[in-house]
Order: sequence, then structure tokens, then C-alpha cells
Amino acid sequence: MERRRRQLRAFRKRRELRIVIDRTKAIAPSDILAFVTLRNERIRLPYFLRYYRNLGIKHFLIVDNGSDDGSDAYLEAQEDVSLWSTGASYKASSFGVDWLNHLLRHYGTGHWTLTVDPDEFFVYPFCDTRPIEALTDWLDTYDIRSFPAMLIDMYPKGPIDAVPYREGQNPFEIASWFDAGNYTIARNWYFQNLWIQGGPRARMFFSKTPEAAPSLNKIPLVKWERDFVFASSTHMLLPRGLNMVYDEWGGEKASGCLLHAKFLSPLTAKVAEEMKRREHYAGSREYAAYQETLSAEPDLWTKWSEKYINWRQLEILGLMSKGNWA
Amino acid sequence: MTVGFVMMCHTALHRAAQVARYWAESGAPVVIHVDARVPSKEYSALGKSLADLDTVSFSKRYKCEWGTFSLVAAAQSGAEQLLARHADVRHVFLASGSCLPLRPVEELVDYLDARPHTDFIESVTTAEVGWTVGGIDMERFTLRFPFSWKKQRRLFDRYVDFQRRIGVKRRLPDGLVPHLGSQWWCLTRQTLSAILEDPDRPMYDRFFKRVWIPDESYFQSLARLYATSIESRSLTLSKFDYQGKPHIFYDDHLQLLRRSDCFVARKIWPKADRLYATFLAPRPAVSPPAEPNPAKIDRLFSKAVERRTKGRPGLYMQSRFPRQDQENGKTSAPYSVFQGFSDLFENFEGWLAKYVVARVHGHLFGHDRAEFAGGETMFNGCLSDSARLRDYNPRGFLTNLIWNARGERQCFMYSPRDNQSIDWFTATDPNAQISVISGAWAVPLFRSNRNFRDIRREAARLQRIETYHLDILRSMYVKARVRIWTMADFIENPMEPLQTIIDEISPRSARRLTEAPQMVDLTGFGQFLQNLKNQGMQPRLMGDFPVGDDPQPKHTRRGRPYLVK
Repeated sequence: MERRRRQLRAFRKRRELRIVIDRTKAIAPSDILAFVTLRNERIRLPYFLRYYRNLGIKHFLIVDNGSDDGSDAYLEAQEDVSLWSTGASYKASSFGVDWLNHLLRHYGTGHWTLTVDPDEFFVYPFCDTRPIEALTDWLDTYDIRSFPAMLIDMYPKGPIDAVPYREGQNPFEIASWFDAGNYTIARNWYFQNLWIQGGPRARMFFSKTPEAAPSLNKIPLVKWERDFVFASSTHMLLPRGLNMVYDEWGGEKASGCLLHAKFLSPLTAKVAEEMKRREHYAGSREYAAYQETLSAEPDLWTKWSEKYINWRQLEILGLMSKGNWA
Repeated sequence: MTVGFVMMCHTALHRAAQVARYWAESGAPVVIHVDARVPSKEYSALGKSLADLDTVSFSKRYKCEWGTFSLVAAAQSGAEQLLARHADVRHVFLASGSCLPLRPVEELVDYLDARPHTDFIESVTTAEVGWTVGGIDMERFTLRFPFSWKKQRRLFDRYVDFQRRIGVKRRLPDGLVPHLGSQWWCLTRQTLSAILEDPDRPMYDRFFKRVWIPDESYFQSLARLYATSIESRSLTLSKFDYQGKPHIFYDDHLQLLRRSDCFVARKIWPKADRLYATFLAPRPAVSPPAEPNPAKIDRLFSKAVERRTKGRPGLYMQSRFPRQDQENGKTSAPYSVFQGFSDLFENFEGWLAKYVVARVHGHLFGHDRAEFAGGETMFNGCLSDSARLRDYNPRGFLTNLIWNARGERQCFMYSPRDNQSIDWFTATDPNAQISVISGAWAVPLFRSNRNFRDIRREAARLQRIETYHLDILRSMYVKARVRIWTMADFIENPMEPLQTIIDEISPRSARRLTEAPQMVDLTGFGQFLQNLKNQGMQPRLMGDFPVGDDPQPKHTRRGRPYLVK
């Protein structure tokens, strides 16, 4: 039922999308595709595209939600980007999920699809030596259709807006720190997914209301089929079996991480704008919490923070796993 | 004399072509079998790309389905063709399209020349294999398998069950002892032709047509009938995981493969450009040829399988979230819980920290905050001391703490005043060492400056909580190392139990306790308990404290309490 409802929503919301440039003809049957919604991310785009091209993403299908900083023009000029634009409400489209569900169904079916935000960087086992195709080929041999990657919030040492981010720069040169071991997991018996919370956002902004802390569980990499839908951002999928990305009998399945370059300048300005728009989840409570704390120039860094080195470090810390991929 | 290759191909034909060319140009004839399901366009493209090599030929195409006799039939016809066309071939090497030679053909030829009558075929009796898919080994030969395991799994399973129930047992051909092994072999012309030209071959073929996965048993069993000297191992490095899927090699395995000194490896990822470029480049042969040594690779893959099936104990993460009692280690390392000690002794944490190699926390589950060692507000892994965050998921807090501090033992204080939601978890965790001085929670009440009515009420509450906790610790489900003393017993002789606990925490330090922790002043405690009784509350857990006979803080007894002087 829920799935039908989602599909219907996506179908209705498709009218909100206006195609800007359609290069989807260039997609080959075995290409791995990225699906993105964004707004005003011009400065981050060059590194974002470069990062994913290096991993082996062949085509980007992007929904631009009313950018006014030139993101649209920049994307239009990229040879491997198909761009849609919409001025409609992000919130009313289930935070972009309806739009992406539509595009995924239409263009993603039969492909491995990676659904990420422009500030999320996918890290998987052996990503420094093997292209993403190696991973998807391997998943194919085991008939695995979805691959989890938990969100890791990265932050700089010192006030968040202290060091400005330059275009094209690796954001993790600045935001190179993360929390290694304060994540809590609960099982959602209805959708079968795990609900992961924690990290710097939970301890900094939600220590009074931990149940409201943002979810960090994500399943960004999916071999898409016609009747799949994302139910809530990329946190969970329908049919529910796709959420069973974890082992229940003591073993470890393979998993990755999404490094989250959210706490990067210019954040304060962005938070102020998002508070004005009020287009985010749960009455933008997350942004409300940021605004409250950000005005005091907080430092997310602590002496227990871990400095990011590579995926092997994340695997040793137990944040991701190679599973039986060797 | 040389070696010839039979290659079984069905995907990534361009890679197969590269390898075939490499072998052919090094002087080894190749017969290629291409799965009949491969489109004829791709097949003819492969043929064209190898047309310039007259020692490469193609054998009759069979439609190969996993687990069926078609794979054996394809190998048979390929081998027959190779033997018939190339009289100089002494050893026939069965390879697949995703195999990659790791050493020059010359080295392989030298190696085989030194062992001219040896057949390299992994061949193990069914009683001794432990790796069969679906748990079916001897039954592969005695049952029938008309249904596909991959496509008709339910029918397959049901039919197997059915046959087991009615006791179907096929008769084995006389003299045949079923053996299993890797389907990648290297046999001598003598043995192979004996198998292929045996007048009884139609009978064997008929039998094996109904055997499950005959490519792992046909040659393996028949070779036992004719071979003079069998080396039961494969020259092809090929590792299977717990689901029977071959592990795949990528560019980053290059050094590992090079150092393995194996002749051929599979399965190679078709896009592993660097592997193909490196190993197919012309190289001089090294003499004398080294023995293949796949131990390192074995270790890598067996570790991977272990990670997938057992995982890291005590780790809870996005792709490992075991159900209750399936954890394979509820926590990642041993830890100690001390209940009542910090009530009875002044600065017990400080005292303990002196005698054990461990991190000694205060009341981690205290009401106001998690009292990390040294009064820190945060612990390894950015674990916060906020009681709110901790109580949101107390079990997660504990498992995170133990995991984050891997390599260092953790000790913490506990009391009925603390958050109790980890009681069952710790009691059923073999890593936990729980020591309880029951009733010690009364000491802070005794020393407090509160109205007696409040004290009585609080005492009743704490007694109820501790009684419940002790019930858990005495239940049959306990896996932790539990020790319980009443307060009266403990005071009688504190050194011996303390020594036992500390020896257990750091068994090798073998340090004798030289001073006891400072016990709080208990003068009037017996009267205090009597007052509680008089007020209608029955303190039961602390043991016997007669009024007036107040326990005196014992003068510190020196060392070895059980030493007879």
C-alpha cells in the first residue's frame, strides 16, 4: 500500500519537473547512474562531479530545485549530466524523494543507481583501488540488490565557518574529523531497516532530545527495478526486503559510508536561508537546532575526534565492513 | 613435450581470447569451448580475433548449465580434440575463460616435465569434504536431481527431501569410489585417454548424467581408477566462499598473486586491466621453478569468509546487527562491574586503579551523568557523558564503550540507584565480571542528612531494585562471572575477595594487595538498620549487623590472606 502511494505521488509530482537538458540517450545499459536533488550548490559541484566520475559514475540525473547561484548553468554544460528543474516545494515533494522516485523508475530501472546529496561522498571497501563497477559486479554475483552506506558527519577543527571552502577543493581537507563510536542502532520492525542515530549532531544539537536526532542509516546504492521506491529520503526503501542490508546471525555484510560534508563554510548563511524557507524535515527542527547553537560559534571537534584517513580506517573502527569481499 | 589447455568460456570472451593467445604464442595448444548460449555474433568475433593462431581451435559447443553434465560433456569433447590434434601434448590443463596464468608457460612445462606421470587433480572421498553446497555430498551420487538448484530451488529441495524419506538409493557402477574436488585439473595424456576411451565410458556417463554437479566428481572419481600417481591438489588457484561462489581477484591483489607462485588463478575480474597487463606481458622463466604457495591468499579469503559468517564480536553496526543470543559476543572484551564497593569504601575507584591495568570509571549509569574515569566529559569514540543520550540506548552505550576501548579493560561502578536497563544484558554476557556487595546501598543513606521518612522510602526502593537484580544474577540464564557477598560477610574479610577479583582482572600481574581500601566509618550502622526495622522496613540484603556490635574498620592486613602463618 505504502509503496503504491509513493509511486502515485511520484507520478503526480513528475509534472513539477521541467526538463532543462536531456542527455539520457547517452546512457548505456550497464552504466551506473547517480541521482541528485540540489539547491544552490554551485561551489561544491566541481569536486562532487569529479569525485563520482573517478569512482566510475557514467551519468548524473539531477533535479535542480530553484537554484539562483548558477548551479543550473554549470550543470547544463556538463556532458554527462541530464538536468531537470523545478520551482515547486521541496517539502511537498517529500523532500525531493517524489521527484527522484519518478526519475529512478523512468531512467534507473535495470541500472545500478546511486542516490546521493551533493554533500555526500560515497566510500566503499577498496574504493581507492577498485572502481564502483567492481562493487556492483560483485553484488550482482550474489544477487544483492541494495548496498548500505551510513552517513558520517565530518567536521573541521575549530568554528565551522573559520576556514572557507574553495571551489574544487576536497571538502575533507577542511572537514576531516568525525565521531568514531557514539552511534546507536534500533531496529524498525515494520520497514525492517536499522535506525541509526548519533555522531556530532546528536551530541551537540540533540543531547536534550536524542530521539529527534537525524537518522544516519542510508541505502544509496540500489539495482533499481520498476516497482522500487524510496520511502523516506534514502533511509529506507520499499519493498522492505531491500532494507535487509544487515546480518542478523552475527556475521557482517559488506557496507560503505557516506562522508557528509555538511559542516563546512558557508554553513551559517545556509542555515539562515533554510530557516527562512522552512522546507526541511520535521518543521526544519534540525536547522532550528543548528541556528541556536551556531550563533555561539561551536566547535564540533573534541580531543576524542578521529581524523579521516581512508576507508580501511572506517572498517577497522567498525563503521563499515568488507563483508566477504576480499 | 608440452602442456595443452582446454578453456571453458561463457563471458568476457575478449579476456579469454587474450589468455588463449598468450598460451598459444608461448607454444601451448589451446582448445576453446564456448557456451552455446553465447550469441553467435560474439562467438564469431572471438573466432576471428584468434584466427591467426593455428594451435587454437574450437570444440563442439554445449549449452552449459551450472550443476549439470553439460559441463563434463564440454570438457570431454575439448580434451578429446586436444589429444587428437596435438600429439606432443602430455598434460592437459582444464581452465576457464576467467583464468589468468601467473607464471610463464615454460615454467609450467618444466614443472610438469619433472613430474611426467603425475595427475594434478583435487580428489577427495565424499566422507572428507566439508565444503559442499547444500550439505549434500554422498547424496550427490545416490539421489536424482531433475530440478535446477538455481532456478527451481523449492522443487529441488522438496524432491531431495522426498527421496530421503522414501529411501531412494542409486546403485553405483562397480569399482567406482565417489571422489569430489575442484573442477580445474591437469591430467596426463595416459590418464585422460584412459578415461575417455574406456569401453565402459557410456555406462559411467549414464551414471554421472544423473549426479549433481558432476564437473566436481566425474574426472575426480574416474581418475582414481586409472591414474598411477595422483597429486590431490589443483594447479589452479581458485578459492570458494561459504556460498560456493569463487572469490574474485582485482588489481590490488597483484603482489599477492605474484608471490603465490601459482601457475593459474581464477576468477579474475574481467576489468582488472593491470592484472592482465602484468601477467600476460612476456617474462623470462625462473629456474628452478618454485613450488606454488597459496597460503597467504588462503588466509585472506578464509578471513573474509569468517568476517561474513562470524563477524567481529561485540560490534553492532549498519551491516551487523545480530538478533538476541546470536551475537557471537555480546560485547567485544571482558569488563568488570562493581556493585556496592564505592558505597562501602572511600575512593574505591582510585584504589582499584592502582592495582589493575584497566580504566576504572565511576558510576557509568549514574543518574546525572556517565561518570567516566578521571571526571572526563567524553570518552573514546566521542561518547558523551550526557545521561539523556546514554539512557536513549543504554545497551548501545555500553557496547560502544567496550568496543571503543578495545585493548583496555573497562571497570565501572554500579548501584541500584543507577539506570538498571542493562541488568539482563550484563548478566547474560560472558565478558562481564559482576561483583556485588549486597545491601551496601544503605551506607550512603546511613551517612546522609535526610529526613528519616525519606530515607526509609528510598531504602525500600533500593532494596526492591537490588533484590530484582540479584534474582537475575542468580537465575539459570547467567553467563557472566558473578560473585555476591552480603555486606556483613564482605566486611568480615574484605581482602580475600578483593584479591580474587583483581587476580581475575589482571592474571599476570600477580601483585599482592598491600593495602585495603579505606572503609567508611560504620559506627552506628547496626542501630541505623534497627531504626529502619522499627519504622516498618525490613532491610534484608546486608546480612547480620547486631546493634551495638559495630563493625570496626579492620586494620589493614598485609598480603596473602590465605597464607597460613
